[in-house]
Amino acid sequence: MSAFLRNTAFLLGLPLLLVLWWWWATIDSTNFFVPTPGELVTTFVDTWFGPRFWQDVLPSIGRLAAGLALAIVLGVAFGILIGSFKRLRQLLEPLLEFIRAVPPVVLVPLLMLLIGINDLMKVVVIVSGAIWPILLNTVEGVRATDEVQRDTCATYRIRGLNRLRYLTLPAASPQILAGVRQSLSIGLILMVISEMFGSSSGLGFTIVWFQRNFAIPEMWSGILVLGLIGLGLSVIFRVVERRILRWYHGLREVQRAS
Amino acid sequence: MRADTKSIPAFDGPMLQVAGLRKIYPTATGGFEAIRNLTFDVPAGQLACIVGPSGAGKTTLLKCIAGLLPRTEGVLELHGKDITGPPKTMAVVFQEYGRSLFPWMTVERNVELPLKAAGVPKAERRARAAEALEQVDLADAGGKYPWQLSGGMQQRVAIARAVAYRPEVLLMDEPFAAVDAQTRADLEDLVRRIWKELGITILFVTHDIDESVYLGERVIVLSAAPTVVQDDILVDLPADRDQLRTRSLPRFAELRTHVFEEIQRAKAEAKTGAIPAR
Amino acid sequence: MESAPARAVARSEPGRRSPRRPGSGLGPLLGTAGILGFLLLWELVSLAGLVDTRFLPAPHTVLVRLVEYLRDLAFWRDVADTMTAWAIGLTISVVAATVLGFAIGSSRFLEHATRSTIEFLRPIPSVALIPLAVILFGVKIQSALLLIVYASFWQVLIQVIYGTKDVDPVAEATARSYGLNRWQRVRHVVWPTALPYLMTGIRLAATVALVLAITAELIIGTPGLGKQIGLTQSTGDVVGMYALIIATGLIGVGINFLARLVERKALAWHTSIRTDLVT
Repeated sequence: MSAFLRNTAFLLGLPLLLVLWWWWATIDSTNFFVPTPGELVTTFVDTWFGPRFWQDVLPSIGRLAAGLALAIVLGVAFGILIGSFKRLRQLLEPLLEFIRAVPPVVLVPLLMLLIGINDLMKVVVIVSGAIWPILLNTVEGVRATDEVQRDTCATYRIRGLNRLRYLTLPAASPQILAGVRQSLSIGLILMVISEMFGSSSGLGFTIVWFQRNFAIPEMWSGILVLGLIGLGLSVIFRVVERRILRWYHGLREVQRAS
Repeated sequence: MRADTKSIPAFDGPMLQVAGLRKIYPTATGGFEAIRNLTFDVPAGQLACIVGPSGAGKTTLLKCIAGLLPRTEGVLELHGKDITGPPKTMAVVFQEYGRSLFPWMTVERNVELPLKAAGVPKAERRARAAEALEQVDLADAGGKYPWQLSGGMQQRVAIARAVAYRPEVLLMDEPFAAVDAQTRADLEDLVRRIWKELGITILFVTHDIDESVYLGERVIVLSAAPTVVQDDILVDLPADRDQLRTRSLPRFAELRTHVFEEIQRAKAEAKTGAIPAR
Repeated sequence: MESAPARAVARSEPGRRSPRRPGSGLGPLLGTAGILGFLLLWELVSLAGLVDTRFLPAPHTVLVRLVEYLRDLAFWRDVADTMTAWAIGLTISVVAATVLGFAIGSSRFLEHATRSTIEFLRPIPSVALIPLAVILFGVKIQSALLLIVYASFWQVLIQVIYGTKDVDPVAEATARSYGLNRWQRVRHVVWPTALPYLMTGIRLAATVALVLAITAELIIGTPGLGKQIGLTQSTGDVVGMYALIIATGLIGVGINFLARLVERKALAWHTSIRTDLVT
């Protein structure tokens, strides 16, 4: 029980202190830029718990989910393909290094031009940025598959889909998930940016709209929404990662202890 | 003594035939000759040990036999059939048990995997895996992950996986080099027991002279690289072996001395260049 | 280590796992072929008219424009603006994150107490701060710095905390038993342990900082390459846009290359270059 209390204190202590400090600092402030905690909470509820949730938040999240899902599927598929063939890897490596190094945001104007301003463009923008960490990490993971494990598969004639399912994918999974983790934040960033460009709905648009209209508490509440989405993503990721990589964490713990 | 230990009784149709085997690794400087010329047969049902000094290309030899490495020259036949890739009726136990078992699968699933890939139905797979785990005294460990087990236990899982696969030939590449002495003795007895129970052919690679004499019906001594067969010794110890009694037999001491001398000679020749290094 | 040489050579067999050896054979050639092939494919697509050349100009026109840019002082001024924001932002976040990371990582109490706050703040996408930056700083460089620092700070902080926590207990105990004081232990035990992590953090942060610098320029309009990309887009100069995008990619490659070089150099003593797995 005392352990539980201590953990709770650790969990909430600093956030509470910070909020208190914020409350105290804004208690009789007339600062236009910083709302009080109470103001922010009421604005948050008023702004986002209503039609805006269905019109702006959900579609944004939907596009993000679609983009990330596509990025994961394509990234892993191509990553495995490229990682499995040395010649293919050598052929594409410099090209991929270059494409990866292009800051994904600059592709937004490009894709607007090629696709137009619509949902597809926004999803493609997310995919075009989020796919690279997954793809390159998958390539690396497949490439670095243990030699003895490969020999084991070869001697027991574990081939084709079986090999993919029981050796390649699980062996690369720690790397793949490390890539996915990077992709989540890139995807979120691109979701926002794709909506800031010539869009008329979505979270990114709404937040910029608030700022242009000097609706400062609303703007802050929008930042909070983005923060919560980011937090939600990272929590979901962590749960999924723990499940998929239970063996990996167990193995690492054993290796560390020895 | 040399004469009588060298004679190998003739067997009809060897299980495994190695003739004129040569392996050169391509390198930037033109190639490294790991194996120069190896010729030996292994009859069906024999437990043969291959022993040689460090760097004798034992692992290379084993990988060639297992179909994991292409050979440069020579004949490699299993049951009279050319080995071009990993043969269906062969299993390999690697030295690196920690890397050969898949850490993302439980012990049971590790043992079952080759059977699954071979299309064995689920019920039979289960039964064979359970039986194999029982044979290596790990009946209770099926639900655990390999990394939750000790090194010796992990190697037993790898052996169980090979046993469940029911190969005709089992290759073992220094399987016990990385476990402690006590575990090692247990595992040696396990290999003897399984060999007798299953009647399979086992080719056991080791650098440990005592181990080779204790385990094998026959010891093939390799020279240093570039490798040739230095000596081929029939181990005429009683079939029922015991860590204590067998190892204290005078004949055991004689054989181990003989193998030891051969290996020393191999090393000396490599050093003085009696067999040119390239 | 038995038969180690054979095994080491076995790796370089074609078709088997082979560590990239510098200057070994076909690799770089194939890589060049890959890039040329890509350009050729692009050229063919635009030649065949599969995509409107207004949207996808032929690569040779883009490359010609890129060369023109390289001779243009204004282009280099934009590059300098971008790199200035990048360098300042990266420096601020690295210094701040290193100091804080060491403080947090070396105290169990602080590490526990800050964990939830860090876990909450870290996932906030830095672009969410764009409106705030605009209100506070407009199109001044500070806007870009706010985004850059926020994004890259966490990359370094997390790595440094992890690194300081990763100190080998045996090494720590050894240092204590030889009577090293707290400062000496930090200097000789904690710092060397955390250094590889710090280097990884800096490498990641360097990449992120460039992305955010360009983002701020493109969206807010702070001076730099990103702003120019926005301009080419709004004026319909598609060729220029492609050329600038390629230029940002080249800068990105350069930064990646440098960051990896520095990481390798700094870790030359380290037995294995760590991967990014633990973040």
